[in-house]
Amino acid sequence: MLSFALIFVASLFFTGIVVRVKSLASGRKGPGVFQPIRDIWRLLRKGAVYSRTTSLVFQLAPSVYFASILAAIAVVPLGSYAGIVSFSCDFVFFAYVLALGKFFCIIAALDTGSSFEGMGASREALFSMLAEPAFFILMGTLGLLTGRTSFLQIFSGLHIDSNLSYILVTIACFLLIMICMIENSRMPVDDPKTHLELTMIHEVMILDNSGFDLGLILHATNLKFAMYGALIANLFIGNMPLWGSVAAFFGIQIATAVVAGVIESFMARFRMGHNSQFILVLSSLALLMLLGVMLIIN
Amino acid sequence: MNFISIKNNQCIQFAEIPVLPYADFYSLIDNKLTTAPEAHCVAYYGVPSGKSVQLICCIADDATHLIDVASAVVEPTAVLESLTAKHLALQLFEREIHENFGIGFSGHPWLKPVRYPHNTADKSLTMANYPFYQIDSEELHEVGVGPIHAGIIEPGHFRFICNGEQILHLEIQLGYQHRGVESLFLQKTKLLQRATLAENIAGDTVIGHSTAFANAWESLCGFEPSRQLQMERAFALENERIAIHTGDLSGICTDIAYQLGNSVFGRLRTPVINYFQRWAGNRFAKGLIRPGKTNFQFTKELAEQWLDMIGAYRPDFVEMAEQTFDLPSVLSRLEQTGRVAPETARAIGMVGMAARASNVVRDVRASHPWGYYDGLQYQPVTEPVGDVYCRARIRYDEVLRSIDMMRQMIDTMDYKPQQPATLDAPKADSFVVSLVEGWRGEICHCAITDAQGNLLHYKIKDPSFHNWLGLALAVRNNEISDFPICNKSFDLSYSGHDL
Repeated sequence: MLSFALIFVASLFFTGIVVRVKSLASGRKGPGVFQPIRDIWRLLRKGAVYSRTTSLVFQLAPSVYFASILAAIAVVPLGSYAGIVSFSCDFVFFAYVLALGKFFCIIAALDTGSSFEGMGASREALFSMLAEPAFFILMGTLGLLTGRTSFLQIFSGLHIDSNLSYILVTIACFLLIMICMIENSRMPVDDPKTHLELTMIHEVMILDNSGFDLGLILHATNLKFAMYGALIANLFIGNMPLWGSVAAFFGIQIATAVVAGVIESFMARFRMGHNSQFILVLSSLALLMLLGVMLIIN
Repeated sequence: MNFISIKNNQCIQFAEIPVLPYADFYSLIDNKLTTAPEAHCVAYYGVPSGKSVQLICCIADDATHLIDVASAVVEPTAVLESLTAKHLALQLFEREIHENFGIGFSGHPWLKPVRYPHNTADKSLTMANYPFYQIDSEELHEVGVGPIHAGIIEPGHFRFICNGEQILHLEIQLGYQHRGVESLFLQKTKLLQRATLAENIAGDTVIGHSTAFANAWESLCGFEPSRQLQMERAFALENERIAIHTGDLSGICTDIAYQLGNSVFGRLRTPVINYFQRWAGNRFAKGLIRPGKTNFQFTKELAEQWLDMIGAYRPDFVEMAEQTFDLPSVLSRLEQTGRVAPETARAIGMVGMAARASNVVRDVRASHPWGYYDGLQYQPVTEPVGDVYCRARIRYDEVLRSIDMMRQMIDTMDYKPQQPATLDAPKADSFVVSLVEGWRGEICHCAITDAQGNLLHYKIKDPSFHNWLGLALAVRNNEISDFPICNKSFDLSYSGHDL
């Protein structure tokens, strides 16, 4: 329950920090850290407009998507403090409940019959499919290292003690940040700011959503950011005492947001065709980690 | 002689243009475009004369620095042999003549509507039934963008035929911005009204179009502007070039999501465009160029203010540009994207900055110099490949070139106050072609006066008229997600095309 509450709190300011970092990096003052959440609150109080070409699927999808994120967060622990539920192989549940939400997002985009949203849906499906092996190899590797099979046991069993484990945690960190950027459709894979129908991935899928539905989808993105931030934080927290865990949690959330902002400020996004290559590289990095763990175990 | 060779802004009697039978006219133009490598068509249009139509074709020969003009009188019901079959660059001119007068062209690939004017020959053609090119296929899909776009840009419809993410074909349908500018030039009889019209042809080329109009008008009136006035106009034209090029670099950075470039180039554009505010009272330099006079004298103080402004601008601009063109993630987006090969650029008659990026040396400042540029021996900048990188890079080089040129102007100006001249009435029965190299490329204004010296016909051509086809060809076989940067790298005008 603790992690659920903390992730919710972090989701309130995560995107705000990314935006603020980007503003500062380009020499602007930028909006307040809570501006994104204020915008979402405004949207949540509005009604939604539905296109006549859409069906029930389109109206259902935002809620299912939002619920899937909440369900995924339920299994995320905070160091040695369990999430709402914890069971063996819950990371498989985590990955596929997210995939379920994404599936609904994709069919809702197809439901609008817009050629842009169709293109966005096809890209999102491709890129998350390519990112999936990286996540599973990563979690499998951590499972192999600790000999456990649930998020809680894996993270509480993780000890950073040898030189090799520093390398492993660095790779794991990099992988999780990159998977986080891909899953949230941020740079360098996608750019939410450009607003060009032909180049967007996630943003183009939600062009027809409005009001309450749009608010849900946008806040789902914030929650997802904070959720991946929590996974990264868990790599470091281990068996810290409660106050240490909470402090580390927020410290790492903020650091992750700053890193995301810096990545988005100082490079151009990839060419669409290069994205698949880049995402596949993540899988091979994860394999490298697996190799490292096998060395440790032997 | 079956044609007449004139200089840029040279006023001649309209009757001096030889009138040929269409067959001779056809072989003359075919021959010119085939034999002279640096010849390209700058204007080809019809003027109603009684019930028939007089076709006038102006071929600019960059090697001889002359514009060859020939004409033919044809009936609107005629079906003529199409020049497009041999010279693709004429396709849009023939489509326009067909649209305005109903003249048929046999052998033209597809006489599609251009801009739906109110006085079009065939009223049954409307936006709603525009004949798009289609491919019937299960595998391919069509993506239609616009005419209303997500950004705050002008309206135009783009229809892509794609194989997955790859563009096979792009068709650009314009005409939404048609305001009837050419007929307004005849309806509005005051000089001020016409000058105002000229500066509103394309909102981003105020100086370019108003200079072209001023040159044409002064030539018709037999007025020779003073050296100081010529320099002031050239100074304004180059400042406009710097401002828009910088803004475009910012736009290209936006489209590849390179935030630093976007914000720094955006910031750098502001002082340059704001300089016009100090000079002419508004940022777009409206009212700055007027035939026969200037309302905003260029003074020593203005020159110093410009030097201060550019002194701060140049180092930052160079640093940002060098960093942008060195960044691997930027290069990976720009290089080999949206390539227009030099042969293609030549075949479709591309002009201006986009043509020079494809290694086609086409710069009116060098080939048909006017005013200050006459005798300057300007050497155009070119790039070898013709991809988005070259079209971005050429902006950087041209900005530096313009800064040097303007510094020279400041040193050689005499800052003498200009007395407003009283222009004579335009000469009767005259014809003039005025070419100006705006930031986007070659602007062409052609004017004809009647027996009383009133405007009989006014023809405008923005460089976008040539270059839209270049964009459509550039994106072929590229990813559809690269379309926005290709589009931005051309940065063409909708209203300049639609008039």
